[in-house]
Formats: sequence, structure tokens, C-alpha cells
Amino acid sequence: MLGHVDDRTGSPAALAAALASTGYLADDDLATAAFLALKMHRPLFCEGEPGTGKTALAQALATVLDAELIRLQCYEGIDASQALYDWDFPRQLLHLRALEATGGAGSTDDVEASLYDRRFLLARPILRALQSPRAVLLVDEVDRADDEFEAFLLEVLTEHAVSIPELGEVRAEVPPVVVLTSNRTREVHDALKRRCLYLWLDHPDVAREIEILHARIPGLPERLAAEVAAAAHRLREADLLKPPGVAESLDWARALQLVGARHLDIDSAAATLGAVLKYREDADRVRARLDTLLAS
Amino acid sequence: MTDAQLTGAQPDPVRGLVGFTAVLRHAGLPVTTERVTAFLTAVDALGVGREQVYRAGVHTLCADPDDLPRYERAFVDWFDADPRRPPTAPQRPRTPRLSSLLPSGKTDGTDRGDDDGPQVRASASGAEVLRHHDLGELSLTERAHLRALLALLRPDPPTRPSRRRAPARRGAADPRRTLRAALRTDGELCVLARRDRSRRPRKVVLLIDVSGSMESYADALLRFAHVVVRRAPASTEVFTLGTRLTRVTRELRLRDPEHALAAAGRSIPDWSGGTRLGEVLAAFVDRWGRRGAARRAVVVIFSDGWERGDTTLLGAQLAQLRRLAHRLVWVNPHVGKAGYAPVQGGIVAALPHLDDLLAGHSLATLEDLLEVMARA
Repeated sequence: MLGHVDDRTGSPAALAAALASTGYLADDDLATAAFLALKMHRPLFCEGEPGTGKTALAQALATVLDAELIRLQCYEGIDASQALYDWDFPRQLLHLRALEATGGAGSTDDVEASLYDRRFLLARPILRALQSPRAVLLVDEVDRADDEFEAFLLEVLTEHAVSIPELGEVRAEVPPVVVLTSNRTREVHDALKRRCLYLWLDHPDVAREIEILHARIPGLPERLAAEVAAAAHRLREADLLKPPGVAESLDWARALQLVGARHLDIDSAAATLGAVLKYREDADRVRARLDTLLAS
Repeated sequence: MTDAQLTGAQPDPVRGLVGFTAVLRHAGLPVTTERVTAFLTAVDALGVGREQVYRAGVHTLCADPDDLPRYERAFVDWFDADPRRPPTAPQRPRTPRLSSLLPSGKTDGTDRGDDDGPQVRASASGAEVLRHHDLGELSLTERAHLRALLALLRPDPPTRPSRRRAPARRGAADPRRTLRAALRTDGELCVLARRDRSRRPRKVVLLIDVSGSMESYADALLRFAHVVVRRAPASTEVFTLGTRLTRVTRELRLRDPEHALAAAGRSIPDWSGGTRLGEVLAAFVDRWGRRGAARRAVVVIFSDGWERGDTTLLGAQLAQLRRLAHRLVWVNPHVGKAGYAPVQGGIVAALPHLDDLLAGHSLATLEDLLEVMARA
């Protein structure tokens, strides 16, 4: 079975072209990693600075594969009942009462069997991804979850199955494409990493960033795109508390477009700085030297 | 194709690729058999060109951005090297030496026959004296003894309330367990099961100054860090500060203290050099602290606070760390000495932001530090 590999994803170059048609510009490295993930049925583990397009990659892959994007946002304390499945307790209780009232309650075994029926099962994102005929499962910011949660993920990522004690195993007929992202706030356990393909995403260079701006914001003036990309690039080298990612330069370009700026000058930059810098210290430093930032 | 053909004029590509992974393993990458298999599958999918092999390896054999430069070096070494030249033997870790629990310095009493009593008592009191001895002024035998004493420490990691709930006597209702209990009584709700927040280890970050002025303490402090890491490997991070920031957590996770210390020593490029405390702390806050390593953590800085020149950067970084961390502790080996006053530039800039300023010149004071950390 070839799974998700068809002519649009038959080689890294074809996949890069398909991703580009959705507005996601992938370099060779990224295209190769995504190609391998599809071909080898392995999860893709994306790490990198915030705003380098980790989450967007999953969205673009879902569009290319014409699959449902199922997103699981991780947070501390997330557990099986929020990620895999849960039982609908109120309905189960009502069911019990109904059985009692109609006198339909047979032996305890029968009651239990009717209580743990599929109709009382609430599918959470991972189970939904396994049941879906074509899905991209995005496990976002897996570093925010704790190690107990990683243990749940292991079974899912290797077996493409979830075992539910009361029901048995739910196995995916078509394994979902899995993308995990991490911002490196914590080191994810090696047992999880070694089941994945590793992809490190860096900020793009100026030329590529201009392409990304154009691909993502239709109608953006040529000059504005070039100036925003160049300024963002300079900000990244300016030793700030939080250097802007591509997500920030996209926000910035949109903000400039909204205030009607034709090009990036000191006034328009000062007015829209909040879209690109998120710390007061950074904003103060940059505002004091806006002229050198914009000088090209 | 027969085996003879495979091993004949054409060298077997699989053998070369597997050999490459062995080199990577020696370079410190987390190469496992499973990863090697994935690597070979990826090469199979992409082809055996130089670029394809490089990409296949990046995505299957690396697991951390720190791995990327090491991978690059090993790749160039392996695939661009002259095949006729014999490969250099990989460095093996030193075999550990056995250390004795008894201080071997007491030879003045010579041999006193079979009487074991006095010997043991002497050892115990020796340990008591050593606990208060300055770590920077130990003799070789005392150092060996200190290692053994350090290895005996069993620090309790600090804890914090977890977001995860566990069965408890009080707290919110636990529907899953309540329903299970109700089943046993034919659907009658007799007991309401409850669950409450459990406790988890709190993150601990140790920042150890390994510059020239701290040289005599650095070895003992790294050993101390090894003990703390081994006790709670998942929640502890260790960095060394010098002219640059070095993460040594991975190295210190090795079980054997001698292997761990040797590995850490190899990875620290600026051992007993100068310090740029402000800049290096800024690097820590930028690359690790703000992302999460220092958030709600117990951050302990081991340094004498000698900072040349301007200390405003140091002050600003500590203010930021204070906002991120749960508790900020500075351990200065000179604090415990007679006549000490916090007048060095670095310490003066740091003092307003610290929760605790502790001594750390002896085993006893390090035990006090563990106490402070456990209560944090």
C-alpha cells in the first residue's frame, strides 16, 4: 500500500511544488523531511524558533493531501480523557437509571456491556484521527505536555492504535500523517523522538521571506514586501529579547497594508511596531534607532 | 548478487552507511538500531547521492539542534576522508577508579592489629571535619573522600502542584471512578469518588561558574550537580558559565560520576578562563530561560560574582530571571568566610534580585543549599 504517496507527493520536488501551490514555500530540506514522513509512515517532529512555520506545515500538508486537519493543542496536565477518548458519564448514568426503571436490567455483565458501548464513547482528537479515512494529526507544542502524556503518544505513533480497556483496540485503517511541533521549552523524551523524523526549522533568508510574504498576502506591494523582509531580517540580528519570526513579519506586513502605507518609513514603522515586537524593552530599543533599522 | 560480489571490487554501501552511524554514536548523537534502520530506509527512498544521504541522516539520526553541527562534522569526516587513511580511534571514556569510603590519609597510627573500632570512629569524625572543610583547599585524599560523601547525598527535589489530578480523599468529583463504583452496586451511587491535584518535581536549574577564579570549586560543584541531576534527571538542567554558556545536562545524566565528569569536562571549552557573567546569563535567559527552562523553576547560580566592568547587564538579566523563576538563589563560596562583605560589582548588582544568598564552600553548606531548594 502506498498510503499517501501519489503523483503530487512522489518525490521531494513534487511535494515542494504541491506545498507551494497552497502558499507554503518549502526549501529542499523541509520538502525532503515531509516526503520521508509520508513515504516511511513516520511522524514528523518539527522544532524551531517560534514563528518559523511549524504549525503552518501541518495545515499545508492537510491541504495537499486533501485530508482533515485534526489539531491537538498540548498543555500541562493533558491526559488520555482529553487527547484520546472519554466516556460520556452523564449519559451512562441516565442509561443505568433507564434500565432500572424499565426493569430491563439483566445480569451485571449485560449491564456493563451495554454501558460501555460505542455510542457512549467520546472520541477526542487522537482517536478521531485514527478513525478518519484521511487525516493529518497535528500535535502542537508537545513540549508543553508532561512525560505521562508522551507515554500515551508512543503507542499511538508506533501502532496507529489505541487500546480502550472496555472496548478493545481501535486501529487505524489508514495511518494518519502525524506532525509534532515543539518550541523546546523542555526536552522531549528520546523514546518519543526516535520514533519520529527530526526537522529543525530556521528563519528563512530575505529572498525567501519576500516570496513568503507575497504568497501569503495577495496584493502586497513589491516594495513593501522587500522592506518588511529586510527590516525583519535586521531585527533578528539585533539581539532582541524576542526576535520576530515569519509569523510576525506577516502580521507586520498586513498591519502596514491596513494603515495604508505604501512603503516602510519611520512613521508607519513606529505606528505598527506592536505587530512585530512583543516586549516593551525591545520596542524601546528599536524605536530609538528606527532610522538605522530602515536604512538600506 | 552474491556475497563475493558484494564484498568484492564494489564496497557494500550498507556497510559504509552503518559505519557512518557508528562514528556518529561516538560523536555523541543518540544513534540506536531503530534509528539506523530508519536511516537506511530513508536512503533507500531518496537515493544514494551525497546530498540525499546527508538529508536522510539529518532527519533520521539527529534529535536536537545541538546534534546538527556534530552531524555535519562527522559527515564530512566520513564521506570526504581519504579511504586509505586508517580512521582515528574514537575516544573511550576513562575507566572509573574505585574510591574508598575511608580517608586514606590517616597512616600515622600504623597497623593496630585486628581492632576495628578506633579506625571506624576516626573515619566518622574525619567525615565530620571534612563536611566543614573548604572545598577549594582539599588535599588529594580528601578530595577522593569528598567524592564518596557527595555520592551518598540523597537530595529531595522540590515539588509543585501538578495540573494532573489523582484519586484523593477531597477535591473535585471523579466521574470515572464514581461510575465504576456504582456498577458494583447495580447502578446505585453510594460513594462519590474524588480526585485532586497531585505534586510533581519542580524544575531546577544549576548555573555553575567555571571561570579561573572559581577553578578550585568547579570540580566539586559539578559533582554536586551530578548528584542533583541523577536524583531528578527529567526536571534538572545544568549549565556552566565562563566566557560562554555550555549545557552539560546530557553529560551529567550518565550514571557513573567519573564518566559524567569526564564527558562534561570535554564539552566545556572555556574551563578556568575568564568570565563575562552578564553576557553569558543573557545567553541563558534568551536561549533557555524565557522559553521555559527557568519558568517557575528553582534557579541556583554558583559564582563568586567577579564581573569586570559594567554590571548593569548582569543586573538586568537577574531582574528578568527573578520574574521568570520561582526562586532565585545565589551561592557564593566566599560568603561563608570570615570578613566577607558583598562588595564585588557582580554581587552588588545581583543582591536586590535574589531570594537567597548562600555560602557554598563546604559540604555542610551544600547540604544547607539542598535544604533551601527542597523547601522552595
